[in-house]
Amino acid sequence: MSGERPTLTVSKIRMGTVIDHIPAGRALAVLRVLRISGAEGLRVAILMNVESRKLGRKDIVKIEGKVLSADEVNAIALIAPQATINIVEDFKVVKKFRVEIPDTVIGVLKCPNPTCISNKEREPIVPRFRALSKNPPALQCVYCGTIVGPDEIVRLVLDHVASSS
Amino acid sequence: MRPNPFLNRDVISILDFSREDLELLFEIADRMRKYVRTKIDLLRGKIVALAFFEPSTRTRLSFETAAKRLGADVIGFTSAEAISVAKGENLADTIRMLDSYADLIVIRHRYEGAAMYAAEIASVPVVNAGDGKQHHPTQAMLDLYTVRTLFGMIDGLTYAVVGDLRYGRAATSFIYGLTLFKPKKVYLVSPELLRARPEVLRVLRERGVVYEERSSVEEIIDEIDVMYVTRIQRERFPDPMEYERVKGSYRITLELLERAKPELKILHPLPKVDEIDHRVDSTKYAAYFYQASLGVPVRMALLALIFGVEP
Repeated sequence: MSGERPTLTVSKIRMGTVIDHIPAGRALAVLRVLRISGAEGLRVAILMNVESRKLGRKDIVKIEGKVLSADEVNAIALIAPQATINIVEDFKVVKKFRVEIPDTVIGVLKCPNPTCISNKEREPIVPRFRALSKNPPALQCVYCGTIVGPDEIVRLVLDHVASSS
Repeated sequence: MRPNPFLNRDVISILDFSREDLELLFEIADRMRKYVRTKIDLLRGKIVALAFFEPSTRTRLSFETAAKRLGADVIGFTSAEAISVAKGENLADTIRMLDSYADLIVIRHRYEGAAMYAAEIASVPVVNAGDGKQHHPTQAMLDLYTVRTLFGMIDGLTYAVVGDLRYGRAATSFIYGLTLFKPKKVYLVSPELLRARPEVLRVLRERGVVYEERSSVEEIIDEIDVMYVTRIQRERFPDPMEYERVKGSYRITLELLERAKPELKILHPLPKVDEIDHRVDSTKYAAYFYQASLGVPVRMALLALIFGVEP
């Protein structure tokens, strides 16, 4: 090891998606949002708390054979606002982009206000938020005006995944 | 006719309107005051539905009176009947039914966002008569109109909004309404537990309104021109113990008013319980009964504008 920095080597994937610049410790949350438990049989590599020039420490998730939907990218943006998505084909990155929280977030999380109309039982209503700021994220429920900050957003996105799976 | 920003419009929040919109409304309200004891057939053949899922006396009666003075017919239900109207049906379906009967729907509901949701479903205009703790735009319209008739202006005055700023939709809407104008300063006076919600303070900051949160009205009584007092509502408290702790801690008395400016006016959306000493009612400061009397002409003006007619 003399003179060399200790590194953690993870083999490249042939075809799939690499999600980089996830805040340290949040990789498992990203997998939950993508509803990947391991039982699907996808090859997944998770790197946690690795060095990052941009974030200090970060997590990385590599998923072979997975293409993200627009909704999935939006949900990742809410819990990892600085994440970059790399699309890999034949071992090469063919497309790379930063996630971005959309101006209007629809259906990815529920409003935490129990007396918000979007939480009323038996109403055909989809929760909707407008983005007040994107980094750090802050969302406002368009129905009741409640504002949610970064930590609460992560919790609500994960709650929503848990309740709808 | 000049451009009418209210034409066929939903009225969900006072923040959906501009200062100029409200000035037009006030001008029409001035003209409507002539007709509050007679009838003017501007809305003959129209049907206004009053969907009150939550108890209301004055707001409902004031809408009903306004609609009838304008010659419209009124249908609807109040909270007790709402249960049987709905028979377990969801709000969306009840609104669809009313949408097929009426030309305009006035709705009050205990869920925040109910009026906006109803407006998304209905094809006819929806007017919010109170949604949970969030908005009560027509109350704010008449409150601002009251200030304008008492002082000749809304700008440049110092306001204190006193009482339940967390759960009170009238107080919240009045604060929002003030952000459309240029008040000198707005004091938000409430117990710690009942402070204005973060989204309300955010609007004040964004719109550059000078405001200060206080716990007592005593310290500022000699500075204020308009004191807007609200009831601390038991039904808004998730925990009854919380209510017991704060009730009665904000009482406007004659002793307090000894240090008030001579031109101070006290507003209250009513009903009041014991937050204002009854002896205050007969002083020159009490403007709340006058304020309540303006509910009809302001709502007449609003309905007429939405239907695109003028007196």
